[in-house]
Amino acid sequence: MSPKALDHDSINENVKRAQYAVRGELYLRASELQKEGKKIIFTNVGNPQALGQRPLTFPRQVIALCQAPFLLDDPNVGLIFPADAIARAKHYLSLTSGAGLGAYSDSRGIPGVRKEVAEFIQRRDGYPTDPELIYLTDGASKGILVPVPQYPLYSAAISLYGGSFVPYYLEETANWGLDINNLRQSVAQARSKGITARAMVIINPGNPTGQCLSEANLKEIIRFCHQENLVLLGDEVYQQNIYQDERPFLSSRKVLMDMGQPISKELQLISFHTVSKGYWGECGQRGGYFEMTNIPPETVDEIYKVASISLSPNIAGQIFVGLMVSPPRPGDISYEGFVRESKGILESLRRRAQLMTDGFNSCRNVVCNFTEGAMYSFPQIRLPPKAIEAAKRAGKVPDVFYCLKLLEATGISTVPGSGFGQKEGVFHMRTTILPAEEEMPEIMGSFKKFNDEFMEQYDDHRGYSRM
Amino acid sequence: MRKFVAERARNLITTRLSLSSSSAAPPRRHPVLPRFFTSAQPGPPPSDSMSPSADSPSPAVTLDTINPKVLKCEYAVRGEIVTLAQQLQQELLAKPGSHPFDEILYCNIGNPQSLAQQPITFFREVLALCDHPAILDRSETQGLFSADAIERAWQILDQIPGRATGAYSHSQGVKGLRDTIAAGIEARDGYPADPDDIFLTDGASPAVHMMMQLLIRSEKDGILCPIPQYPLYSASIALHGGTLVPYYLDEAAGWGLEPSELKRQLEAAKAKGISVRALVVINPGNPTGQVLSEDNQRDIVEFCKKERLVLLADEVYQENVYVPDKKFHSFKKISRSMGFGEKDISLVSFQSVSKGYYGECGKRGGYMEVTGFSPEIREQIYKVASVNLCSNISGQILASLVMNPPKVGDESYESYSAEKDDILSSLARRAKTLEDALNSLEGVTCNKAEGAMYLFPRLHFPEKAIKAAEAAKTAPDAFYARRLLDATGIVVVPGSGFGQVHGTWHFRCTILPQEDKIPAVVSRLTEFHKGFMDEFRD
Repeated sequence: MSPKALDHDSINENVKRAQYAVRGELYLRASELQKEGKKIIFTNVGNPQALGQRPLTFPRQVIALCQAPFLLDDPNVGLIFPADAIARAKHYLSLTSGAGLGAYSDSRGIPGVRKEVAEFIQRRDGYPTDPELIYLTDGASKGILVPVPQYPLYSAAISLYGGSFVPYYLEETANWGLDINNLRQSVAQARSKGITARAMVIINPGNPTGQCLSEANLKEIIRFCHQENLVLLGDEVYQQNIYQDERPFLSSRKVLMDMGQPISKELQLISFHTVSKGYWGECGQRGGYFEMTNIPPETVDEIYKVASISLSPNIAGQIFVGLMVSPPRPGDISYEGFVRESKGILESLRRRAQLMTDGFNSCRNVVCNFTEGAMYSFPQIRLPPKAIEAAKRAGKVPDVFYCLKLLEATGISTVPGSGFGQKEGVFHMRTTILPAEEEMPEIMGSFKKFNDEFMEQYDDHRGYSRM
Repeated sequence: MRKFVAERARNLITTRLSLSSSSAAPPRRHPVLPRFFTSAQPGPPPSDSMSPSADSPSPAVTLDTINPKVLKCEYAVRGEIVTLAQQLQQELLAKPGSHPFDEILYCNIGNPQSLAQQPITFFREVLALCDHPAILDRSETQGLFSADAIERAWQILDQIPGRATGAYSHSQGVKGLRDTIAAGIEARDGYPADPDDIFLTDGASPAVHMMMQLLIRSEKDGILCPIPQYPLYSASIALHGGTLVPYYLDEAAGWGLEPSELKRQLEAAKAKGISVRALVVINPGNPTGQVLSEDNQRDIVEFCKKERLVLLADEVYQENVYVPDKKFHSFKKISRSMGFGEKDISLVSFQSVSKGYYGECGKRGGYMEVTGFSPEIREQIYKVASVNLCSNISGQILASLVMNPPKVGDESYESYSAEKDDILSSLARRAKTLEDALNSLEGVTCNKAEGAMYLFPRLHFPEKAIKAAEAAKTAPDAFYARRLLDATGIVVVPGSGFGQVHGTWHFRCTILPQEDKIPAVVSRLTEFHKGFMDEFRD
């Protein structure tokens, strides 16, 4: 075979280096097993509707009508669509100037929807924001200071674009809190290697760690970024997923504005949101937005230019964003149904977060911080030396070894902690809290049985992998 | 290296600011030179015009500090002229009668449904049902939707795990939908297609970006692109830090391709130390509208095979062919018919739901079919796709509908067929009307639009016009386009946005305005052009 045009030696190095564990080795093995007929429970990715979460009714009614506007002319449409969904579909269709779902919009998104997002942000935070600084996106997000553990989109994206990933470690023993000294250390270390940190990512609520940042923490972070001249990238896609009452969601923007001038006019912030999470779980729509604060107009122009090359985000996804930020209101026909559905989902997620945390903590070699928010549980698995040796012999990283064994034994497909980054010698596993509530007891039982047997096999009571 | 790049970025900014017109519009990039395919030449050292004020600390993200590749890239289809048009539109709304026209006519972008082209009913029925499957069980639904749409929706939902259209799918797209698409490709070409070769994407553009990302390691990697080209390619190459290696289509020969031209450009690039990795072909062409002859296609395949180039075949206009003597043949079909298989040629074919007779730009659906790569590279392609998780599900479903539309005997076949023929014949008529109109203008020659959605007339400017443009610090075609907009409200894209032989001037105009508006377009354009020539005739 003659040498190919594109082969191992000639492919972009950054691509070769990039890793994305969420759909990596474990997922591929799970898919193989599934093809062979094994029942797999996919807890590797925050993909609620794949695990039985139903879509909210109202948004789907609205989108279906937008998809097929000729239905609106049919006298019988009211038989299967409520009046407020019909009205809302007409509203969004009018925002597209009648072109509907099939025409490219403005590259930044439909102006009317961006306005709705701005109104939402104002209601949420108490500060006005400019729709011109809000760009709708196709759901996807794109040296960057990144928390460790982190959602590996950041490391992958940084890799792909040839940047340097500068980790800062979260404190597991302090509920995955942020110690500002860790941050300073990371920046200094990077500088000594000739890397200038340019931006800092915070994921709040955290993925995979689930912690909700306190106001004090957020202020520290903002001050730090201001001092170090970093752009703050606030991944806030889980803002609806809060499972405790001590630390409600606080947007980075609100805290920044609260801090007043000069910092509120100087700190550069980009905040991200999506329809894929929350109680919406509409991952497949690919809808989201980002909001820019204190970004210079010429830079905004450049971002606009790059956005325009992709023409526009998909219109249905944009409408989902509009629906998310302006859900049915009291008095609307669909209001009660909508509240019932969304509360039901959130309360169930809260119960499942607790179930999983407790289940993991009941195993003697597992310690699990409570999932304060987001959609994941990230237990620390203490592996005995014999297991670590066995992993080495098998040519696998210890947590990959553990997770593969778990998969083979129980069909539970997780993501090993090494995919998110962790301290040396400490092992974790990320699962979602998304499997159906009625299946939870069986899943946790299955896990415990496997873990007990694993420990039986590899434990020689000489001690664990790490305190 | 960083210092050099930052300096070049500053230089580009300085150049751009000094060239931007003095209109009220905010300074926007204005592609005077075909910047995207000149090689990186450092300019004169800039005056320090971009330093921030001494009072505030310099913010982290400024033009100086963002990725210079972003500064370098251009996308004229939504560039300056469009921004100006939007402004004028606002002015018209605020003050009707403030301009010598009633409405802006956007002829800059292939966005059919923004100009009242209707979506295909059957496709939208299926999509609506897949968006809200809860209604499939209701008896009232039978009265609102055609039976075969309901059946197709059930079929599709059964292919989606848990019937969950809101869930992320497999990163290449739902398997069952890829099966459908592969079958559609096979039916079209007569050669087998593998569902695992299909990567469903949010339109064709993300797929193009993915391939550029894989192919380009540094500015020493070159990609052969047709000139004129659709500026996604130049933009993507710039963003990924590569070098665009132009090959010129022959306007005098109906925008045909000469294999000797390919060879010449390849050798010239190599001599400059550029490693040419791939060849982009757009067939039917954008902006040029030609449908390549089979001979031409075979030449291209031979060339890529011999020179070991990846053939990137942009085939998004495959359903837009308006002349009886030409037919669309996919490059895969041509390659296979020449006896070339996976071992012989690396080929990527791009398709989209945005064009054809369906024109579903806003849905963001498309795919690339990837053949002739090693399993190792396939893994890397998959990996890049997986970082984005998946493309939007509704777009995936639509791609499968486009590649497997209603067949003879299906309940919706007749109405589907009528809608399709209506749209395609209308496009053909509009293409001819506008082509004839342009050819009747003084100093304008326009090649036939054999396919795609555009006309790309050549303007032979009188010397006076060229001088006037120079004085206004604008390229002649941009000067003309601006005047055209101001006088008539018609928005076209200057040829420099696509690249053209140095010293020639063009603009790209779509054939998409509604048929009943075409006479007005023709008369306004004709009148404007006469006035322009009267003013600038030598």
